Amino acid sequence: MIPSQTVPKSSFRLGLSVAAVLIALSLPLLLPLFQVTLLTNILIFSIVVTGLVLLTGILGLTSFGQAAFMGVGAYTTAVLTAQMGWNPWLSLPVSLLVTGLIAWFLGLLTLRMQGHYLPLATIAWGISLFYVFGNTPALGGFTGLTDIPPISVFGLELTSPRNFAYLALICLGLVALGAQFLLSSRTGRAMRALRGGPLVAEAFGVSAFGLRVQVFILAALMAALAGWLYAHSQRFVNPTPFGLQAGIEYLFMAVVGGSQHVWGGVMGAGLITQIREQLRDILPGLLGQQGNFEVIVFGALVILVLQFARQGLWPLLERLLPQEGIRILPQREKLSQRARPAPGTPLLSVQHAVKQFGGLRAVGDVSFDLQAGEILGLIGPNGAGKSTMFNLITGVNPATSGQISFMGQDISRRSAGQIHRLGLSRTFQHVHLLPDLTLLENTMMGGYARGRAGIVRSLLHLERGEEAALQHEALRQLERVGLGAQAFTLAGNLALGQQRVLEIARALVADPTLLLLDEPAAGLRYGEKAELVALLRKLREEGITILLVEHDMDLVMGLVDRLVVMNYGEKLAEGSPQQVRDNADVREAYLGVDMEEEGAA
Amino acid sequence: MQIFDPTIFPILAADGLTNGAVYALLALALVLVFAVTRVIFIPQGEFVVFGTLTLATLQLGRTPGTLWLVLALLGIAALMEAFSLARNGQARRGLVTVGVAALLGVGTWAVTDWLAPLKAPLWVQVILTLGLVAPLGPLLYRVVYQPLQNATVLVLLIASVALHLVLTGLALVFFGPEGSRTPAFFEGNLTLGQVTLSWQSLLVIVASAALMLGLYLFFERTMPGKALRATAVNRLGARLVGISPSSAGMLTFTLAALIGALGGVLIGPSVAVTYDSGFLIGLKGFVGAIIGGLVSYPLAAAGAILVGLIESFASFSLSAWKEVIVFTLILPVLLWRSLTTRHIPEDEE
Repeated sequence: MIPSQTVPKSSFRLGLSVAAVLIALSLPLLLPLFQVTLLTNILIFSIVVTGLVLLTGILGLTSFGQAAFMGVGAYTTAVLTAQMGWNPWLSLPVSLLVTGLIAWFLGLLTLRMQGHYLPLATIAWGISLFYVFGNTPALGGFTGLTDIPPISVFGLELTSPRNFAYLALICLGLVALGAQFLLSSRTGRAMRALRGGPLVAEAFGVSAFGLRVQVFILAALMAALAGWLYAHSQRFVNPTPFGLQAGIEYLFMAVVGGSQHVWGGVMGAGLITQIREQLRDILPGLLGQQGNFEVIVFGALVILVLQFARQGLWPLLERLLPQEGIRILPQREKLSQRARPAPGTPLLSVQHAVKQFGGLRAVGDVSFDLQAGEILGLIGPNGAGKSTMFNLITGVNPATSGQISFMGQDISRRSAGQIHRLGLSRTFQHVHLLPDLTLLENTMMGGYARGRAGIVRSLLHLERGEEAALQHEALRQLERVGLGAQAFTLAGNLALGQQRVLEIARALVADPTLLLLDEPAAGLRYGEKAELVALLRKLREEGITILLVEHDMDLVMGLVDRLVVMNYGEKLAEGSPQQVRDNADVREAYLGVDMEEEGAA
Repeated sequence: MQIFDPTIFPILAADGLTNGAVYALLALALVLVFAVTRVIFIPQGEFVVFGTLTLATLQLGRTPGTLWLVLALLGIAALMEAFSLARNGQARRGLVTVGVAALLGVGTWAVTDWLAPLKAPLWVQVILTLGLVAPLGPLLYRVVYQPLQNATVLVLLIASVALHLVLTGLALVFFGPEGSRTPAFFEGNLTLGQVTLSWQSLLVIVASAALMLGLYLFFERTMPGKALRATAVNRLGARLVGISPSSAGMLTFTLAALIGALGGVLIGPSVAVTYDSGFLIGLKGFVGAIIGGLVSYPLAAAGAILVGLIESFASFSLSAWKEVIVFTLILPVLLWRSLTTRHIPEDEE
C-alpha cells in the first residue's frame, strides 16, 4: 500500500550533514582567536534568527523586536549575576521567564490584528526598550553593566573564547534541531497553513491566535537564550546591541539567508556578520570618514535579494543538494475513530437561519435538515446565498439569528475549529493547499484535530507515535481517493481537478461524520467530473454524509439523494432531484421563463 | 504639576502644535502611500531630513549630495525602464527614455551647480530644495518598489526598512554627522494676550493647514486625485478602468516626497536635524497614522497632533523618557484597535 519511493536515498545528504557538524566542531580550535570571537557571535545571532525563521518565514509574522527580547534576557542575567551574585545557570530560567511574559503580553495586544500592525508595534517596542535600558541608572544607563561573571561548566569557567564557542555551538545545535523537529510536526504544518491566512487552519481545528502567540513566545525565548549567552560571552552589557538597528539586522539575516529555512537563517547570520566586519574595514577608508556605512550595503543587499531571490539565498544552494525525502515511520498506535451515527438519524439541522450584512439580507429564514448517510445538494443561481449558508454551517461567520445544530449540539455560536471537532470537515471553493509541500503533508494537515501533541512535545520530537499514525492515516485516505501513487509529489504540481480531490482526502483524514464540499466540480474536465461522482458515491456507501454546494446540474442531479434550492437568500424548494426538476419556481429561477414558453427541456 | 503653570503651558502647547502639524503632514503622506501602494513607508522621515539638510547645505553655498542621489537614481531608473521596454520589443522607446533621462540629469545638474554657490534668496533655495527632494519619491518607487509590486505587505515593509537604512547611511555620507538648522522664514513673535507664538510657528501651522486643504481639494476635485482614491479602494478595479498601478504609485510617492521635503523645510528652523533624525520623526507620524488605523486621514492628522503635544509636554517634565512615552502610547492604541476591529477570517493579501 505504501508507494515504493517512501525512503529516498539521502545518504549523500547525511554525509554532508556529518561533515558540516565535524567542521563546526573543529572551527573553534583551528581559527585564530579573533575569528573565534566572531564565530561565537555568529552562533549567538543564529539562535535569534532561528526564532525569526519560525516566526517570519514559516508563520508569516514579522518582528523587528527580537534584539529587544535578547536585551531583556541579557539584562536580566546581568542584574542577577553581576549585582545579586546568582549562578548564571540559575539566572537562565529567570531570563527566559521574564522575556516569555513580556512576549506573551505583547502578543496578546498585537497578534489578533492584521499582519502589518505587529511589525510596527515591535518597532515601537524595540525603540522604547532601548531608551528604558539607557535611562535606568540601576541598569547602568547608556554605559551599561560590567563584571558579569563567566558561565562555568563542571567547575570549568568558560572565560576563553574557544571554550565559550562550544557552549554557543551546543545551544545553536539544540535550538536548530528543535526548530527542525517542530517544522516536521503537526504544529509545524499548522504554522505553515496559517501563513496564508487563518481560514484553512481554523477549518481544521487550529486556534490561529493561540498558535501565533505560542510561536511569538517561542521566538522571544530563543532570543532570550541568545541574550543570556551574549551577556556571559561579552561579560558586559550596554543598550546598543539590543536597539532597533540590531532588531532590523536580525530580520535582514533571515531574509538574505532564506527565511523559510532554519539553515537559511544560520547562513544569513554568518553572511551579514562577515560582510559587516569586512565593510567596517573598507568603507571608512573609501568614503574618507567614520560612521556605520555598512547599513547602505545591507539595505541595498536586502532590496536586491527581495527583488531577485525573494526566498533568500539558501534555497539556491539547497537546489544543488539531493532532495530530502519524508521518512514513513512505523505505525505503533492508532488514531481514535469516531462512532458513525446510524443511517437516517438527524445529523444537521438548520432552523430559520438569517444572515444580515448591514442592509443586505444574504440568507433569510432558511431551514432544512440532513440525515446521516445521505448526500444533500445545495444549489441555486449566483448570489443565492449558498456560500453564506456554507459559512454559517462551518462557523466562518455566525448567523444573525436562527439556530443551527449538528450532532445534537447547537453550533450557531461555535467557532470553525469547535464545529470541526464535532465531526464536520470541509473543502474550499478556491483550492487552498500548500503547493510547496507534498500531497502526504497536505493531507496530514486534515488530521490536526485528531492529534494532541503541542508545541513543546513537537520541539522535543516526542510525538513520533502520533505522527506515524497520522502519516499512515493520510496515506490511507490518499489511497482511498486514488492519489496514493503520488503521495510524495508536491501539491503544486497537480492539475486543478486532482487538487480538488486532494482537498477531499485532506478533509477525510479528519474522520468526518459530515463532509461539506464547496463546488468540488468547478473547473473540472468531463472525465474528472465522472471520477469525482464515483468517489463521492463510494464515500456515501462507506457511511459518510455529504453536503454539496454545486453549480453543475448534471453532476448534482445524478448524485444527490435530496436537493435544497436557494434563490435570493431564501429557500425556494426542497425534495428529490425529480421533484426539484418538476418545480415551476425552480425552473423560473434558473431559466427565467414560463413553462409554456419553455417547452420540453 | 508644573506643566499646568499658566506661563509654561501655552509655550509647550504651541511647541507641541507646531511639531504636531509637521507630524500630521507625514501621517497623511503615510496613510496615502499605504492606501494606494500597500507600502508601509518607513523612509518618509528621510525626506524630511533630506529637505532640511539640503536647504542647510545650500545656505552654505555648497552643492548638496542630494543631487548625486537624484542623478544616480535617475540613471538606474532609466536603465531599468529601458531594459524592460527592450524586452518587450520596444528598444527605440527604451533609447528615448535613456536620452530624456540624460537630458533631465544634465539639466538638474547644471541648474543646481549654477545656483548652489550663488547663495540665492531663501525662497529660491527652498524651491531648489523641493525640486531636488521631490523627484526622489518617484525614482525610489521605480527602482525599489515597482519590481515588488505584487509582493505581500510584509515584503514591502522589509524593503522599506532596508531603504530607510540606505537613505540614512547616504545622508551621513552627504551631510556628515553634525546637526543643522536652517534660518527662520520670519523673525519675531506674535503676542495674543498670555500666549506668545513665534511667527515661524504660526507659519508652520498655517502652511500645514494649507497643504492639507490642498490635498483635500486634489483628492476631491481633480482627476489624478480621484484616480488615486480609486486605486486605494480597489487596486484591481482601478486597473480595469485604465488606472495604471505604476503611475498611481509614482504620483503617490511624488506627493509623499514633496510633503516630506516641505515638512523638512518647515521644521528646519525649530529643530536641529541630523542625518538619522528621520526615523524618529517619521515614526511619530506613524503613531498618528496608526491612531487613524492607516485609513482615515482626519483621524491620522488628529492623532499626529496629539503625538506632538504629548511629546512636547513629556520632554518638559520627563525629557529622558519622552521617546518611551511617545512609543508606548502605541500599545494602548493597538489594544483599542484590536478590540474594535472585527476579525475577518478571509484570505489575507
